[in-house]
Amino acid sequence: MQETLATPPETPRVNYLNATYGLKSWLLTKDHKRIALLYLAGVSLFFMLGGIYALLIRIELLTPKGDLFQSQTYNKVFTQHGIIMVFFFLIPSIPAVLGNFLVPIMIGAKDLAFPKINLLSWYIYMLGGILTIWALLSGGVDTGWTFYVPYSTNFSNTYVVIAGLGVFVSGFSSILTGLNFIVTIHTMRAPGMTWFRLPLFIWSHYATSLIMILGTPVIAITILLVALERIAHIGIFDPRLGGDPVLFQHMFWFYSHPAVYIMILPSMGVVSELIANFSRKNIFGYSFVAFSSIAIAVFGFLVWGHHMFVSSQSIYAGMIFSFLSFAVAIPSAVKVFNWSATLFRGSVSYDTPMLYGLGFIGLFLIGGMTGLFLAAIGLDVHVTDTYFVVAHFHYVMVGGTLMGYLGGLHYWWPKITGRMYPESWGRFAALVIFVGFNLTFFPQFVVGYMGMPRRYHAYPDIPIWQVLNVMSSAGATILGFGMLIPMIYLIWSMRYGRAASANPWALPGLEWRTSSPPPTENFTVTPVVTWEAYEFAPPEELKIIGKFGPRDAADFPPDYPAYTES
Amino acid sequence: MLFWFPFLPESASTVSGQVDALFFYLVGVTIFFTVLIAGMVIFFAIKYKRRTPFEIPRPIAGSLKLETMWTVIPFIIAMSMFVWGADVYFKQYRMPRDTMEVYVVGKQWMWKLQHPTGQREINALHIPVGRKVKLIMTTEDVIHSFFIPEFRVKADVVPGKYTTLWFEATKPGTYHLFCAEYCGTNHSGMIGTVVVMEPAEFGDWLSGGANQQTPVAAGQNLFQNTLGCASCHGDNGQGGRGPALTNLLGSSVPIQGDGTAVADENYLRESILNPTAKVVAGYQPIMPTFQGQVSEEQLLQLIAYIKSLSPQRTSGITTTARPANTQANNNAPAAQASPSANSRNGNVTGAPVTRRPR
Repeated sequence: MQETLATPPETPRVNYLNATYGLKSWLLTKDHKRIALLYLAGVSLFFMLGGIYALLIRIELLTPKGDLFQSQTYNKVFTQHGIIMVFFFLIPSIPAVLGNFLVPIMIGAKDLAFPKINLLSWYIYMLGGILTIWALLSGGVDTGWTFYVPYSTNFSNTYVVIAGLGVFVSGFSSILTGLNFIVTIHTMRAPGMTWFRLPLFIWSHYATSLIMILGTPVIAITILLVALERIAHIGIFDPRLGGDPVLFQHMFWFYSHPAVYIMILPSMGVVSELIANFSRKNIFGYSFVAFSSIAIAVFGFLVWGHHMFVSSQSIYAGMIFSFLSFAVAIPSAVKVFNWSATLFRGSVSYDTPMLYGLGFIGLFLIGGMTGLFLAAIGLDVHVTDTYFVVAHFHYVMVGGTLMGYLGGLHYWWPKITGRMYPESWGRFAALVIFVGFNLTFFPQFVVGYMGMPRRYHAYPDIPIWQVLNVMSSAGATILGFGMLIPMIYLIWSMRYGRAASANPWALPGLEWRTSSPPPTENFTVTPVVTWEAYEFAPPEELKIIGKFGPRDAADFPPDYPAYTES
Repeated sequence: MLFWFPFLPESASTVSGQVDALFFYLVGVTIFFTVLIAGMVIFFAIKYKRRTPFEIPRPIAGSLKLETMWTVIPFIIAMSMFVWGADVYFKQYRMPRDTMEVYVVGKQWMWKLQHPTGQREINALHIPVGRKVKLIMTTEDVIHSFFIPEFRVKADVVPGKYTTLWFEATKPGTYHLFCAEYCGTNHSGMIGTVVVMEPAEFGDWLSGGANQQTPVAAGQNLFQNTLGCASCHGDNGQGGRGPALTNLLGSSVPIQGDGTAVADENYLRESILNPTAKVVAGYQPIMPTFQGQVSEEQLLQLIAYIKSLSPQRTSGITTTARPANTQANNNAPAAQASPSANSRNGNVTGAPVTRRPR
């Protein structure tokens, strides 16, 4: 059987990693896979920096008194944690790393539509990052990542303009990435890869890209106006000059709420892949999951006002935003139900990526359901601007995006590097992260409902508040430790990991029909797609590039994870 | 409160129990769906655990019936939350009549409050139990947010306009007052207490600060002497070169050019700071701006005075009919403490009011 025109099983000697050598070959590469790795380096760097800030916050909050930092320093720490994590980790993480690597491969293309623009977007991202780091080194920013006026325009004495410039610049990298994905998905699908054969990862990236190109210009304009207001006092937000500070909030959240979906949609795409592939089943209700991504992208633009229920906007506007916010929850619920149903009568494996996928469902459930608390206006009035909100968005951002990112990174690691990571360490780390995460953020719901406002350097000396904060800090330590494990073994595996075959998980997706790591042009022969997404036994499998979808032991790749062989 | 739960802040206002009830409804729904879905996921993951490395399960296409069910049912539940939430919101935010007004000015990083009787407080608010209290709030600098967790109410305090908040305490006690909107370096120090007292006790407390100038009296002084408003609007606001201010509050004012405006606090504020924005029909736009000449507190006093000229008006957003105010109307505060040496052109930063931080 092995001899039938099967191409991938043999790892070719030349792949995208060793095709050329030298720093220049990386820094000037137009290969989407190498650019993805450049992004991986940048994103990981910023994630570590943001993580260090997070730990500093948690250490400070161990005691009610502000005894570790000065107030000003603490304010800078949480601001910089927010700016770095949101703009330089969460937004680019999945699209720019996993999306960049996989969008062309999963649709059977040789590269993205605009390879040079793709490289440009990385440079823009790094430039934005460097500007932000410059702001941090010069003395930092203390406005909160939300840059609310008039504090940011007329009162803060910190480096608001430089940090804002960093965010402004990095936005363009998002726009270019989004543009690239949309054109690629429209025009470069392999023969036979119809829209409804696309993996759901592609659908969610398509939806994400729509938000990126429609929403990001608004934050760029907003930040620009803040800078102009700060430098030239143009008076668009300053009431003394006839401006309106609440206008800033409308503009800011018009982008920043959809930005939440830029962070979570790609992660939902990853989870759809994980749930389907690791239970070896087609996704339950494919078109519902696909269109729910588009629905989220569209409705996501109509709910920004739910950040402003107590901001003095009209109470009738508040009611409309509340209604729409409940409406946007429905497509997310549909996804969760479909993922759960996909497991039904599947063949569920407990490989590391699947553990992250299942963990995602649990955490996103809590994150999503607590979003309803915040959409219910009467309740939001009490919990907004408290730790309840902090807990909610960390459940969505960390519990959602980060779990999806880590799951995806493990899942495609053999494809990206050609090496396997140590499976037992992977499972152990996933467990530690899950436990650490819940211990960190669950107590924050409680202390938030009790009334502890967010962004407080010191809090009233109420015993139960301190107990909950100590729990949270303890959890953060576990979470930080849990994050170190994959960081170490993934780096280790790049050199010492077991070599991965083309299709180590035995899956039907196009990315598994080329070698690991893939050649520079992704496929040696242009693939022709004759199967549906997640079809585990395609009828004409042998006519295509390779063999997959094993039915018996002989058809199984030789390195299929060792624990199943015994 | 529905039942004892250790992690709730004290419930001390008329709306706090309703917010808690809504909260428990959502907690119930959340637990139900979390248990349902997490249970389903765990159950399936165990039951359909991969037995042999080689099994390929039979594909299942999906089910329109199920999709419809789990779209419609969550939607209905979400709508119930929406309606309930909106109902509670209305109760929190729609201004009732017969309120006791307190003026609030936020600044980095303190709360300055003044009662209609003239009593001033800093980072503390004394109120009687069982009385509806309305806060008329603004800020001298950045956005703050007035948050009393035990009352389950919160409202942003925004520069350049007045926002309002009301509550009715149900239990005497001392509660937390937080600034909930990040406002700079000492944001976490912008906290205080709300002291809820029995009405009699509150009466004693109020009279403890006797012979303080009321906001209305201070406003009258500003109007008649310091700022010279009276030269155009008449000594008692009866009008002249400028429009009359009597019985103005809550009325519909014809505006030159386009339509009418409702004369509420924010309209009065705009007319003082930016007089040409909405010129009353039939008058010349000759009024100078007072931007930069009056502090936020003085502005509130002026508005309090102008409001006192409309004794019988009770408007939609601004309910002024309150007993504390009526005595101010019949030009009671003729006894001005000082002749207010500050001349009309002078800047009036030091308000002629005794400052008694508590």
